[in-house]
Amino acid sequence: MTATAPLTAADYEVVIGLEVHCQLKTNTKMFCGCKNEFGGASNSHVCPVCLGLPGVLPVPNEEAIEKTILTGEMLGCEIATRCKFDRKNYFYPDMPKNYQISQYDEPLCLGGAVTLDLLAYPKDAQKDESTVADKPIRLVRIHLEEDVAKSFHFEDGTSGIDFNRAGTPLMEIVSEADMSTPEEAFAYLSALKQILVYGGVSDADMEKGQMRCDVNISIRPRGQKEFGTKCELKNLNSISGVRRALKYEIARQIDVVTSGGTIQQQTRRWDDDKGETTLMRVKEKAHDYRYFPEPDIQAVRTDHGLYERAKARMPELPAAKKVRLASVYGVSAYQAGVLAADAALADYFEKAAASKPANGAAVANLLLNDFLATATGENPLPALAPHYFAELAELAASGQINSKQAKEVFAQMFVTGKSPETLVKELGLAQVSDVGALEAFCDQAIAANPKSVADFKAGKMNAVNALKGQVMKLSKGTANPQLVGDILVKKLSS
Amino acid sequence: MDSISLTIPELRQKLASGALRSREVIDQLASRIEAVDPKLKAYLHVDADKARAEADAADVSLPLGGVPIAIKDVINVKGDPCTCASKILEGYVSPYDATVITKLREAGAVFLGRTNMDEFAMGSSTENSSWGTTRNPWDLDRIPGGSSGGSAAAVGGHEAFAALGTDTGGSIRQPAALCSCVGLKPTYGRVSRYGLVAFASSLDQIGTFTKTVEEAALLLEVIAGHDPRDNTSIDRPVPKYTHSLHQGVKGLRLGVPKEYFIEGIDPEVEKAVRDAIEEYKRQGAEIVEVSLPHTQYAVAVYYIIATAECSANLARFDGVRYGKRTQNPKDILDMYGRTRAEGFGAEVKRRIILGTYVLSSGYYDAYYNRAQKVRHMIAEDFRLAFEQCDALLTPTSPTPAFKIGERTADPLQMYLADIFTIAVNLAGICGVSIPCGFTGNKLPIGLQIIGPKWGEETMLRVAHAYEQATPWHKEKPPI
Repeated sequence: MTATAPLTAADYEVVIGLEVHCQLKTNTKMFCGCKNEFGGASNSHVCPVCLGLPGVLPVPNEEAIEKTILTGEMLGCEIATRCKFDRKNYFYPDMPKNYQISQYDEPLCLGGAVTLDLLAYPKDAQKDESTVADKPIRLVRIHLEEDVAKSFHFEDGTSGIDFNRAGTPLMEIVSEADMSTPEEAFAYLSALKQILVYGGVSDADMEKGQMRCDVNISIRPRGQKEFGTKCELKNLNSISGVRRALKYEIARQIDVVTSGGTIQQQTRRWDDDKGETTLMRVKEKAHDYRYFPEPDIQAVRTDHGLYERAKARMPELPAAKKVRLASVYGVSAYQAGVLAADAALADYFEKAAASKPANGAAVANLLLNDFLATATGENPLPALAPHYFAELAELAASGQINSKQAKEVFAQMFVTGKSPETLVKELGLAQVSDVGALEAFCDQAIAANPKSVADFKAGKMNAVNALKGQVMKLSKGTANPQLVGDILVKKLSS
Repeated sequence: MDSISLTIPELRQKLASGALRSREVIDQLASRIEAVDPKLKAYLHVDADKARAEADAADVSLPLGGVPIAIKDVINVKGDPCTCASKILEGYVSPYDATVITKLREAGAVFLGRTNMDEFAMGSSTENSSWGTTRNPWDLDRIPGGSSGGSAAAVGGHEAFAALGTDTGGSIRQPAALCSCVGLKPTYGRVSRYGLVAFASSLDQIGTFTKTVEEAALLLEVIAGHDPRDNTSIDRPVPKYTHSLHQGVKGLRLGVPKEYFIEGIDPEVEKAVRDAIEEYKRQGAEIVEVSLPHTQYAVAVYYIIATAECSANLARFDGVRYGKRTQNPKDILDMYGRTRAEGFGAEVKRRIILGTYVLSSGYYDAYYNRAQKVRHMIAEDFRLAFEQCDALLTPTSPTPAFKIGERTADPLQMYLADIFTIAVNLAGICGVSIPCGFTGNKLPIGLQIIGPKWGEETMLRVAHAYEQATPWHKEKPPI
């Protein structure tokens, strides 16, 4: 091989950085008193302020500032000692004032990182040896700004604007270019979303536009220090879509360079149906946003109460929860991880297991194996009171029903909404552990099966199973199998 | 009886005693406007029927019960036009009340009409109005000053008892001086800006035009105070300004900044102001010379900061949601460009372009950042001066009212009309202009009294002492 041998796909490494916009869950919008609510008729959540009418003034929403600080705390960022806003100037029809109130030189949060828990990766990648668990993805900054309105283009060539979204508090979370695979980008978004949901900061639902993501991606020969020319991907509407888009884009870029071409700096649009990115625009001159300090809003200290109030909102984070669940409820590390991955599920589990932590593992089995295995949708929760799971676990643990019956009760409680205890009674499922009643069944079975009795007495210990089966049949499956075995052996041996 | 030349306290007394009904006041004022305004052009919009209905419903026991107030066309009054004297807002009707309007309504005031101004409050002569120039009631060939020239001419010409204006660099005080009224610019943050269409957010402040200082104090009591809708308004108690007016100036120290008696100042103006200083001495005030060394940079600093802010503030006038939209644009950029080209006047465009330039990448530090630093030095000058005195005495305007058209060709000459008033806005402090005499041609001259932040009480007391000892405020315009 000579030094000039062409590089192949394997010689390239991928560099990915993400810019995430995340709507904050607050009662009201960022700078006015309008409800911060997804949906509603067009232009139903608007007022002079978020419409940018002449003469209005913005008043910053403290809850949004607190939640941004909380996000920074959860992600280990350095929190600015003052909160200052700037104007970012550009003309766009969905921007009521033609400037966006944002933060320029003093973001609320600097630094920090998102750690990629193994469970944050796509399921198939979790088993992959090359997956790096607990990789930290560093953050550049998090700042607070206002969301813009939404434009609609109608068939007759006219356009309309819905200002309901205008003024929604929005965090911009910028990562370092620390990711090198589509799976890491997937894991980054999953882990980030998990933290945001944990803190009650955002519902972070990409399909509802509560979390939006711009991806910067470039490739470079392994070992090269300088970044390659990057492309920006837009229109990414789900976390798995980001992974798909990146897979496509990496292949495209490698194809370009290995066939002798060069990457052009572009903004490309992901089409999830076609599974490809298409050119939106070639990078123009850098836009001059003419930032300057927002004169309508006074900078405020964050260390005079805002920071303390934000810290008071600090939840137990997933990693800590995982450790605690395992130690308090005796669930496996894996189960603890799955539970902790979803704050709502973990809460549900704790409500179900709280009454008897010793049944924790049984409750976790019901939730994770029986419920979650068949549930659909994103982050599903049982539509039943948590104490149903506690009851069911206790019925099984105390031997009142066997595991087969437990499964039936489990299924029925979802169908009927009735409690496990009620179902056990109604279905006549209570496992019979009354020795007197069982002895009667055993006597019947012994009397009816002399051959099995003889076999047993001849030393065939297995013969007892045939008799046991008879007892189960006679009891219509309600007999406690373990007790039946004990009674039969005792009777046959006497 | 004819009510139009009464002061507000006199008017209130007549209303309270039943000697006069609020509706009659509106009728008389409407007739006066009908007779005089075709010459003065102080008003852009008058709705006497609406005012009569408001007058009929007014509770005359309130501080301004049944008293009509004229409003500069830059402050939102629900249901009234609010054009800012710009074609770009032609036909725009405001859907909400500014906070000052809410406060005035709560005090029983009635709104009769909207006054002319320089487009978006940019100017010193009212010649930049898209709807024609207002005339000076003392000489119809001359400008009334600006930008609140309509409010000044309405009060000075006895077409209004009082008016609201706005002052970004002198837009209340300068026209008040030129029309012989009392023009008050409160401390930045004293009066809510919510509902005032912003020109330069960090400099704009709403204030009053009245015939007397007492009326200014009365109105300020009503409109001042913290507003949760204005993040830059300050939560401080509002003093009873009318209660301390009569305390005199004996024992007060009044500063005379040496930089304010510059070359180029009209000799008659200088003499009137020097005479006013003598009057204060006579009344027992101690006069001290102070220095405001950075004042010379005020106009330059102002035209960077104000234009930077206005370039963003006026970006919203784009034809998308309200106001003027150009015909048959070929795309969105064409719509923006032509709407704004057709809608804005020359001075507004000049300032937007200036402001856009000073904020541009590569120029920001040299202009905007530097201007902010000098602004702090100007504020520091005043802070140090107020360690030596209770208020400052200066001319309001270097010249009396100039002729219409005299300075329109030279923006720099026009900008110098505000040379004595601009620094007050940059420092965020308060100032008031009161009549202090007339030139030989019978053109009004104004005395500016400047107070420190939140110094309105003492400042108005100083103003009142001079006013009560002099005849100027009682002079009536020829019109």
